[in-house]
Amino acid sequence: MNNTTHTEPGSARADGGSLFTETAIGRRKRWTENGVRIFFFLMCCFMILPLLLIIGYLLYKALPVLSFDFLFTNPKDNMRAGGLWAPFLGTIYLVIVSLLVSAPIGVFAAVYLNEYARDTWFTRIVNLAVVNLAGVPSIVHALFGVGAFVLFAGLGESILAASLTLAIMTLPVIIASTKEALNAVPMAFREACWNLGATRWQTIRRIVIPNSISGILTGVILQVSRAAGETAPIMFTGAVFYKAIAEGDVFAYNLMEQCMALSLHLFTISTQVPDVTAGIPDGTAIVLVGSVLLVNAAAIVVRVYLRTRKKW
Amino acid sequence: MLGKNKGANVPFSETVIELFIRLCGISAIIFVFGIFFFVFREGAGFLFGGLDLGQFLTSPEWYPTSLSHKRYGTFALILGTFSVTALAMLLAVPFGLGAAIFVSEFCSPKLRETFKIIIELLAAIPSVVWGFIGLTLMNQLIIKLFNAPIGLTMLNGSIMLALMSVPIIVSIAEDALKAVPDSYREAAEALGATRWQVIYRVLLPAAKNGLLAAVLLGAARSIGETMAVLMATGHSVNIPEGPLSWIRTLTATIAAELGEVARGSEHYQVLFIIGILLFTITFVVNLIADLVIKGIRQA
Repeated sequence: MNNTTHTEPGSARADGGSLFTETAIGRRKRWTENGVRIFFFLMCCFMILPLLLIIGYLLYKALPVLSFDFLFTNPKDNMRAGGLWAPFLGTIYLVIVSLLVSAPIGVFAAVYLNEYARDTWFTRIVNLAVVNLAGVPSIVHALFGVGAFVLFAGLGESILAASLTLAIMTLPVIIASTKEALNAVPMAFREACWNLGATRWQTIRRIVIPNSISGILTGVILQVSRAAGETAPIMFTGAVFYKAIAEGDVFAYNLMEQCMALSLHLFTISTQVPDVTAGIPDGTAIVLVGSVLLVNAAAIVVRVYLRTRKKW
Repeated sequence: MLGKNKGANVPFSETVIELFIRLCGISAIIFVFGIFFFVFREGAGFLFGGLDLGQFLTSPEWYPTSLSHKRYGTFALILGTFSVTALAMLLAVPFGLGAAIFVSEFCSPKLRETFKIIIELLAAIPSVVWGFIGLTLMNQLIIKLFNAPIGLTMLNGSIMLALMSVPIIVSIAEDALKAVPDSYREAAEALGATRWQVIYRVLLPAAKNGLLAAVLLGAARSIGETMAVLMATGHSVNIPEGPLSWIRTLTATIAAELGEVARGSEHYQVLFIIGILLFTITFVVNLIADLVIKGIRQA
């Protein structure tokens, strides 16, 4: 942090000897200093290594099957061969429907927490609920989805039930990042607007939200990436092992039907189906990881763009 | 945030919108209660009528499909969950805290941004992909390195869980370290302390609550993780004897068996009761972490 201003205590000597000779203590300090820095740097690298290793390994194994057709043909021969069209489209359906539900609720919840709520015990409980909602295990969300949407609401196992389950699960992602974005808008912006006679909602709509839109967008994008990768919550609420749909038809699924999903498809072909053509599970994994990481990269780009453009 | 804004000229549409905003605001509370309610509703019948709770928690015999004598003991599963989490934390905490210290204390701003982006990407990898890596790459590695007959073991699951929870630990621990005022560091350095002494004697004690919260939240994530442990730990009910034994966790049991049980049967209800147990465990851990974090702010 401030390593440029740090000086070696042993390097300046007042006894008229060589001013820049290191004393033994100084040398030892410098060595521990460097040793400690390298030690912690290596620890940091240990987290980057797996990321590169995994992506490299998957790419290497998946290379023979990766092609344009892989994405646009249905799985064949009891999922032993073929492509990813049905699961890929299913994941897109699940993500879009869950986004349509969780984005408005999440953004408005963050508006409430940041713009309306005062610092009371009730607000603290709401914040605690958001944290706890984020901490609920994904399989418990699945049980909730079965109990509430599939059975109680009578939706049956359907895209709608699975998407609602995903929406509730990913809500904290949107709330947290929107809250942060709203909080970054300076108070003076709001005060200026109020002084012109604007109501609170007018201020939020015309000043606060336009000034934090990139941050809100980041949260929405992260929700997409999270929802696309989840497996457990959709396993029992709407995703199925296999379902044939028309290739190339983007409206092939009905919201009240079940669908395939990339994440569940990866689970199925790697654990339940014997003799899958080599490379196909790895190809599925790389498509899943690739889409999720691309979406995340988009969020990062939006965030960096926001920071360079910010005028306050 | 500010005083009330209730003039006579607030239009009706605004009142409606504010009502909607307030409703969304409390949605998180509604959902948390909803989750507990609906999971509880499905399992309540057997929980209060027939289930021997003592046996449920202490017996290692999980035979839900036995024809003559069905037994629902989750002790082995609970032990599986906690042992795989403990081993994962043993692996993740040193690296997580070390990385957090490096990012917060030694990095230039630019390098810090790069590391944070990489950590974010690591956190984004879906759990089913971790499970797949455990099933293929790590499985072979463990067979080769430890000469084990099969690589789908507790160690395999722990490594996957460690990689999944490290990003949480790093980001929260880094926040905690950053919250330590710079004057602490300056005072220590002015007394001639080396960087290591500053970290060890000043920063770690000053940030210990935040670091504890980081570890707790990482553990909560590991306890609740499903797909990775389902695919990587061998999935056999077993009292774990060491890192190379097969285990099965609470989460994996629900995921593996819920699809095969008849709705409303005892076995089905027991799976929901396990859900309540999991919900309670993670709720308590999250609550403790929250209180610990609140503790720093007041101090």
